[in-house]
Amino acid sequence: MKRIDHAEGSSTFIKAKDHIDFHDKRLWDLRKKRDRESEAMPEWEELRSLASAIKEHTLTHLADYLEEFERNATKNGATVHWARDAAEHNAIVHTILESKSARTLVKSKSMLTDECDMRRFLEQRGIKVIETDLGERIQQLDDEPPSHIVLPAVHKLRTDVARVFADTLGTDPANHDVHYLAESQRMTTRPDFLTADAGMTGANFAVAETGSVVVCTNEGNADLSVHLPKLYIASIGIEKMLPRIEHLGVFIRMLSRSALGSPITQLTSHFRAPRPGTEMHIVLVDNGRAERLGMEDFWYSLKCIRCGACMNTCPVYRRSGGLSYGATYSGPIGVIIDPTFNLRKYSALPFASTLNGSCTSVCPVKINIHEQIYKWREVIALRNQLPMAKREAMRMAGKVLASPRLYRAAAGAAGTGVEHLPRFMMYSRLNAWGKQREVPKAPPATFRQWYLANRPKKGKGPR
Amino acid sequence: MTSRDEILARVRRNQPAPQPLPSLPAFERQAKAPLASFKANLLRMGGKFVELSAFVDINTAIIDLFPKAKVICSAVPEIPGNRPIGKVRAPADLDDVDVGVVRAVYGVVETGSVWLTGAEFKVEALGFLAQHLVVLLDPTRLVATMHDAYRRRADFSAPYGVFMTGPTATADIEGVLIHGAQGIRSLTVIPVAA
Repeated sequence: MKRIDHAEGSSTFIKAKDHIDFHDKRLWDLRKKRDRESEAMPEWEELRSLASAIKEHTLTHLADYLEEFERNATKNGATVHWARDAAEHNAIVHTILESKSARTLVKSKSMLTDECDMRRFLEQRGIKVIETDLGERIQQLDDEPPSHIVLPAVHKLRTDVARVFADTLGTDPANHDVHYLAESQRMTTRPDFLTADAGMTGANFAVAETGSVVVCTNEGNADLSVHLPKLYIASIGIEKMLPRIEHLGVFIRMLSRSALGSPITQLTSHFRAPRPGTEMHIVLVDNGRAERLGMEDFWYSLKCIRCGACMNTCPVYRRSGGLSYGATYSGPIGVIIDPTFNLRKYSALPFASTLNGSCTSVCPVKINIHEQIYKWREVIALRNQLPMAKREAMRMAGKVLASPRLYRAAAGAAGTGVEHLPRFMMYSRLNAWGKQREVPKAPPATFRQWYLANRPKKGKGPR
Repeated sequence: MTSRDEILARVRRNQPAPQPLPSLPAFERQAKAPLASFKANLLRMGGKFVELSAFVDINTAIIDLFPKAKVICSAVPEIPGNRPIGKVRAPADLDDVDVGVVRAVYGVVETGSVWLTGAEFKVEALGFLAQHLVVLLDPTRLVATMHDAYRRRADFSAPYGVFMTGPTATADIEGVLIHGAQGIRSLTVIPVAA
């Protein structure tokens, strides 16, 4: 499997200046809104600690809670399925649809179904799948994966959306008005809601004591997907469990505040049982989660509630765009989850970070994201998964930094050397650092030269 | 071995050392003017709040607020409307509803949310297919925070329940906020004693 080159992937996005400037500003704006909301709540830090502890308790008792959830959901009249991996998940969903001869599926946004690449699997089998979240629909029509876990099309400008909709929905290509574009999607999706054979959602939370599936949305599309068709399928990652209803209070109060800086999503829906005359199916999906649970340093990432706050605050994510990560999950949370799916393929991602720790400080469930990023770098180096250029650079740097004599020689040479190096050597493919930067002018002397010339003589001067 | 048993066995094998479940504090909060706070928070989420005192009665209120509405479907006894909800056979029949009317069980001051279940909607799709939704709310039925709401355990035995907070919305294109995404375009709360 080819290694994803994050730096290469981001280069296209970086070239589109309008896009990257807007992307950076939009996400930083969400971060500021999140700050305003969290600072207005005196109990914010207490809620974070509680959320973290509730998740850690649940994950360390996960098998019991999964069984309790299954028992209660079954009692409610839902049918519970278990999928070891993405392939089994997709096959189960397909079998359920086939059992009802369903040809059309309206669905709300679910990172899990993206992770399983479900849409393509179903479409190859003749099922028409309609993404109904506006951002996810834009990405579906443009044949691109989502670039952000909450805002799938945040990397696009209105002109891009106008182009996609003109090509696919037949809208006026010259009309970039956001209201017009959103209204066009509403009007073209509505007939699908009214006639679809089946509806589907993911889940933000699953409550063991009641067997409830909790979905937090703003657009109304999840509820329309559930309340109109006669068949409802919910796909849920096994880490989404919560013990009791009362625990939702802690998470609901923080989810949208962290994600969008709004006190709550417009809709917080609790689906517990099918309507009379309809069916409800729940697919519990492992796909690597149980294995991750056994990773001493990395199981904490399973606490994630997919709010995206770590992405919005990350300087690397904001300036490289989600698609450059080449994975379902991007940004800081993606960097620590993706290598568990495929270490070699995603071995460059943990280096797409400044380790500034901002992700950790905004995480509502207190995942130590930046520490895990650092630990992944260690794992990748130990397993010889560093790219050659980085390995060689690190080896040389290690030698030089370990020896004062070599360091002094190198530091002295750098001052004079850099000025005399031809540009093609400094700013070439071999030196990634030089790609978007100019080397600052070197000072006339190294610190050591300055110190030797200026240090006070022994016994004189201030101490 | 079934997938179920295999997943559960793998989870059991890999579960880290057990961590305790913390007990939740009450997070009690006394709002000085709960209805005024509820209103302010609802407005912030794009909802509307209309006092009945401005109108002759509740029925004229609906007509005055939505003069162009052709189809009014009500799930409350005090408003007849012109589309009897009891006669709806399939949820998609509500496609042409201009205004839906329901009564909320209670409201949440902290967020301006109202709690509704299938019993209040009669047909759940009423709350999503209608262009506009009017929600009657007994002004004495308010809880302070989402913690208080989730302590009302019995509510969650409903097959379906939802906290609705203002109209449906999206900001998926350039962060431009649009009220009326896929579902209701407006949500108007009218305080009316039950």
